[in-house]
Amino acid sequence: MLSDEQNFGGICPVPIGQYPHVVLAHGGGGKLMHQLLEKVFFRAFANPALEGRHDSAVLTICGHRIAFTTDSYVVRPLFFPGGDIGALAVFGTVNDLAMAGARPLYLSAGFILEEGLAMDTLWRVVQSMQHAARVCDVQIVTGDTKVVDKGKGDGLFINTAGIGVLEHSLDIRPQSVRPGDVLIVNGDIGRHGMAVMAVREGLEFEGTIESDSAPLAGLVLKMIRAGIEIHCLRDLTRGGLASAANEIADAANLRITIDESAVPVREDVKAACEILGLDPVYVACEGRFIAFVPAKDAERALEIMQGEPVGKNAAVIGQVMEAAGGEVILRSTIGVDRILDMPSGEQLPRIC
Amino acid sequence: MEICGGQTHAILRFGIDQLLPDLIRLIHGPGCPVCVTPVELIDKAIEIALDRRVIFCSFGDMLRVPGSSTDLLSAKARGADVRMVYSPLDALRLAEKNPEREVVFFAVGFETTAPTTAMAVMQAAKRGVRNFSLLVAHVRVPPAVELILGAPASGVQGLLAAGHVCTVMGWAEYEPIAQKYGVPIVVTGFEPLDILHGLVMCVRQLEQGRAQVENQYSRVVCREGNRVAQELIRSVFQFVPRNWRGIGEIPDSGLGLRDPYAVFDAEKRFGPAQRRSADSAECMSGLVLQGRIKPSECPAFGSRCTPEHPLGATMVSSEGACAAYYKYRKTRPSDPYCEDRTC
Repeated sequence: MLSDEQNFGGICPVPIGQYPHVVLAHGGGGKLMHQLLEKVFFRAFANPALEGRHDSAVLTICGHRIAFTTDSYVVRPLFFPGGDIGALAVFGTVNDLAMAGARPLYLSAGFILEEGLAMDTLWRVVQSMQHAARVCDVQIVTGDTKVVDKGKGDGLFINTAGIGVLEHSLDIRPQSVRPGDVLIVNGDIGRHGMAVMAVREGLEFEGTIESDSAPLAGLVLKMIRAGIEIHCLRDLTRGGLASAANEIADAANLRITIDESAVPVREDVKAACEILGLDPVYVACEGRFIAFVPAKDAERALEIMQGEPVGKNAAVIGQVMEAAGGEVILRSTIGVDRILDMPSGEQLPRIC
Repeated sequence: MEICGGQTHAILRFGIDQLLPDLIRLIHGPGCPVCVTPVELIDKAIEIALDRRVIFCSFGDMLRVPGSSTDLLSAKARGADVRMVYSPLDALRLAEKNPEREVVFFAVGFETTAPTTAMAVMQAAKRGVRNFSLLVAHVRVPPAVELILGAPASGVQGLLAAGHVCTVMGWAEYEPIAQKYGVPIVVTGFEPLDILHGLVMCVRQLEQGRAQVENQYSRVVCREGNRVAQELIRSVFQFVPRNWRGIGEIPDSGLGLRDPYAVFDAEKRFGPAQRRSADSAECMSGLVLQGRIKPSECPAFGSRCTPEHPLGATMVSSEGACAAYYKYRKTRPSDPYCEDRTC
């Protein structure tokens, strides 16, 4: 008799033929990752909630709409300027809930610890999570711990899942985006990616670039309570602004235009990107999101954002156009339009 | 023609070519070191990387470039210890920290990166680091420029020389080339305004019937270049013939380790690379690299050849012309943007 594995393999061959092995780019937030999601996970697990292609699944249970999400954190180094893996694991999941317009309530925390990890390091991470949970007004209510052999982990991996509740009637998802919607970002982009890269690779820039890691739920809920008709929200994590905009354009089957000169990027981030041959629009953030709102609400939404510390550098950066194809067009700083594509994999620093 | 892949990307990224009058057509040159690194050296790199004794170090650009069957990132996924470094000196430090391992650095690049490679070799010799070696793929710009300008089919009427290469080498070696082929050469930077300014200087020379070397990038480059860096290159390297991917062998276009430093040659430790022409028969990157066709004129462009499934190196590298066209100009068939001249 065939084992389960053999049996399954015989009926359903692996749907991605080009890559016999997983490569790092499969987790890079770009095209290869999306191909993996579409061809492996979405295909295998297909269901209506997953179809939403959103940061959180929105589920109706006993007449209440709740948002449910999960994320794993494998950042190296564990501590970096402006944050650490613990705060990131709380903020990241809280932010995914916020992107569905939910008020985050409860988190789970799963720890995969590598044998030999300093107990003091673990304690610092846990304390940081405790602090972050307090800031976000969420409770970590369940969890799990596993220890793997030395060399089989990178010190510490964390998985968090979260549940939040939707207390409004808005339908915040990519498919709600409409032509004429205005695109607002809550601050300067690219800081988290460059902060982590600078520490990880031992790059020394003048001054320290601090991560933008921050919780976003407070600001989002404030916008909702103010009656802003939010159509969609997306946080800018792996793959940065370019990936987020492309995901929304694709899911909504509309064209998004972005004005490059309106996108806030700090000078130090810009310079560091230039040295490494990276484009800030592809660099990861951990406390930034884009909001799609109707033009009538844009000014008020911007005001509300700018009134909060996490949105003080918010800016209108683009709009949604009536055109099928799901493309993102970037108007360059010298006024020429070009395509802003989804990254292929992770950006790699260039040679010279 | 702009020589440098960095300039090609700036031109496409900012849409400079779309702003120019029809009379000026930009031809993209071979200045992408990753793209011209021959397949046999990439295959050799992968073979060395898969050796369990080895820590293989490379610039990030090189990791995704396909050899005849696979790339370094896939080798990493199969267990090879491949590390991305920002400088050969980082690789040397790794060698000192891991004396039980062989650390091999993939030395790729034009005259811009050659001085730091030379520095790493000298330091390794001075400190007696025996577990450090280099797979050398360094190339020089002037012989490639001569090959292109000397080709009967060359339509190049003016050249933007690469600002960073000239920061190291100066521009004296381009003066006889400008004279011999009657082509104005302007040393140019990488900002949109630099490139536009370089083009103006080039056009002005053409209008005045001059063919000289001029310097647009004067805030960085001087005629003599960086003499210390040049001396480093001269001490460690000698000119050797080098096979350019898609183009073929060009005499004196490569840098190879000189005798006292030849002990650091990875091809001596791990065996020489075996010459092969394994590029897909469909890939036209050789013609792209010589500026004879635009990437979008290749039938495979954007369909059978994409950054996820490249047929050639020019579709992978962040300085490759095909990658630039794909990233900034790719359009879908049903789209009105398809009227754009480049799609």
